[in-house]
Amino acid sequence: MVSILEVQDLTKYYGTQLAVDRTSFSIESGEIFGFLGPNGAGKTTTINMLTGLARPTTGKIYYFGQDYTQNIKKAQHLMGIVPDESNLYPELSGFENLCFCGALYGLKKKERESRAKDLLEVFGLSDAMDKKFSAYSRGMKRRLTIAAGIIHKPPILFLDEPTTGIDVASARHIRRLLLEMNKNGTTIFLTTHYIEEAERLCHRVAFIVEGRIIKIDHIDNLLHPVKDRNILLLTLSKIEDGIETRLSAILPEIRCVRTSDNEIKIESIRPLRVAQIIRILEENNIEVIEARRMTPSLEDVFVDVTGIEAETMKKEKEKKEGQG
Amino acid sequence: MNKLIAFFVIFLKDIKTYYLKPPNISWGIIFPFAWAGMFFIRTGGNTLDVLSILPGIMAISILFGTTSMLSVTITFEKKNKTFDRVLLSPVPLTLIMFAKTSGAILFGMANAFVPFVAAGFFVSLSQIQLHILIPAIILISIASTFMGLFIATSVSEVFEAQTFSNFFRFPMIFLCGLFFPISKLPLILKPLSYILPLTYGVDIMRGVINNQMVLTYTIDFTILFLFCAGLFVVSLYNVKKKWVL
Repeated sequence: MVSILEVQDLTKYYGTQLAVDRTSFSIESGEIFGFLGPNGAGKTTTINMLTGLARPTTGKIYYFGQDYTQNIKKAQHLMGIVPDESNLYPELSGFENLCFCGALYGLKKKERESRAKDLLEVFGLSDAMDKKFSAYSRGMKRRLTIAAGIIHKPPILFLDEPTTGIDVASARHIRRLLLEMNKNGTTIFLTTHYIEEAERLCHRVAFIVEGRIIKIDHIDNLLHPVKDRNILLLTLSKIEDGIETRLSAILPEIRCVRTSDNEIKIESIRPLRVAQIIRILEENNIEVIEARRMTPSLEDVFVDVTGIEAETMKKEKEKKEGQG
Repeated sequence: MNKLIAFFVIFLKDIKTYYLKPPNISWGIIFPFAWAGMFFIRTGGNTLDVLSILPGIMAISILFGTTSMLSVTITFEKKNKTFDRVLLSPVPLTLIMFAKTSGAILFGMANAFVPFVAAGFFVSLSQIQLHILIPAIILISIASTFMGLFIATSVSEVFEAQTFSNFFRFPMIFLCGLFFPISKLPLILKPLSYILPLTYGVDIMRGVINNQMVLTYTIDFTILFLFCAGLFVVSLYNVKKKWVL
């Protein structure tokens, strides 16, 4: 079977700075494929190369088996693109924006108007169709931008950080819509720094760090090595320096890491003796406020493989958004 | 055919969003009258001078109308990323740029006709050869618009576009023969006059309206056309190089 998208040794330099380093992967029709990595990992640069906003330094890009590396423009009718920042016209209404985008793909007036109305309904924006885009909330803007990306019914949809910076309800709505779109046959390539989002949505995921893909596989395969792991998340009154080392010295079968200012995560392949752990902490004058058993997740795999804590990724992103 | 749909929708969107806005319409009307008023005051309001100032006012109206609008709107769209939406569509880049500039070209032409029509109330314009004047207005509008495009593709901030536009426009007003005949300019400035597209546009209009030309229609039209082509090619190159990284 021919892949909908195949990328071979894609490399991008900005001047002397390496942004993407010999990236190779393929996406099959009907798949949701996720690119997961921290800020500056090369996720957006990769999407930009695949969609025509950046030129690869070396490497090949194939859509449906045909090489479009030198002329991505000719493949742009195959893709829907939803960038990380909504890029619709603030002075046009939601309906006008969708019609405009439909026209860019050659849809005739009647067709684009009917499609725009359908999409506004599916995306829960019918009531705001005549409102100017500038008056939309962030969540509504995001939904309309996704609708604009699929108005021409592309076989593959690229989404760059689709739920970043929007409220929880809108993020959930968008995730549900993406799953529905995929169910209806749209192949989806998305980048995210939310590990749980990748786990919930994607069939396959690639971990990308410093421009290189360091792991790529189906979610089930990725989770396999950690599925028997016992995880305990402890919220503490305070954390003393070196407490992780002391715990690990007393209980050599555990691995203990600090996940935030007042949280530690304890992992072991053997059953965890929670009472003993709590007693050790209390002997060190540390009160345990909350203890939660966790199911192993993609986050554990990500941390194992990349050494980057999920919390660090979120904070980095929030910091970047705050600056921007 | 499909590409033409995109062309017209981009063109119509720009007309509606930018050029038909009341501030721009009033600019198009007030600007030439302000210049005309300035000249009238300077010459004591003698109606015989209408024909002598008409080429200059028409040329300035086109130049300011087109460069102000296009350089700012494209820079603004690039800045807020709406231009990327068009760049990421399957519409060829050349067609996108033609669509984006067509509105400004029409706006420039409309700006030129405001003083022309107004002049008709004061003097007879029957001797003017419209078959030369109209192509000249079209070509000056295209050249000025493409100058705006060149500015837009050379900067990244809206304020830079405005500064860069003025850097081009104001010297051009004084060097293209509008106020001072090129023959009377200091020797060191004369070559500068001949590298400005407006010089050739003004020369054509002076020929048509006042029967005074420095060059010939053939030379003026050819050089203006070459300016248009050159500015467009350089702008396309800038977009490919700077915006598709």
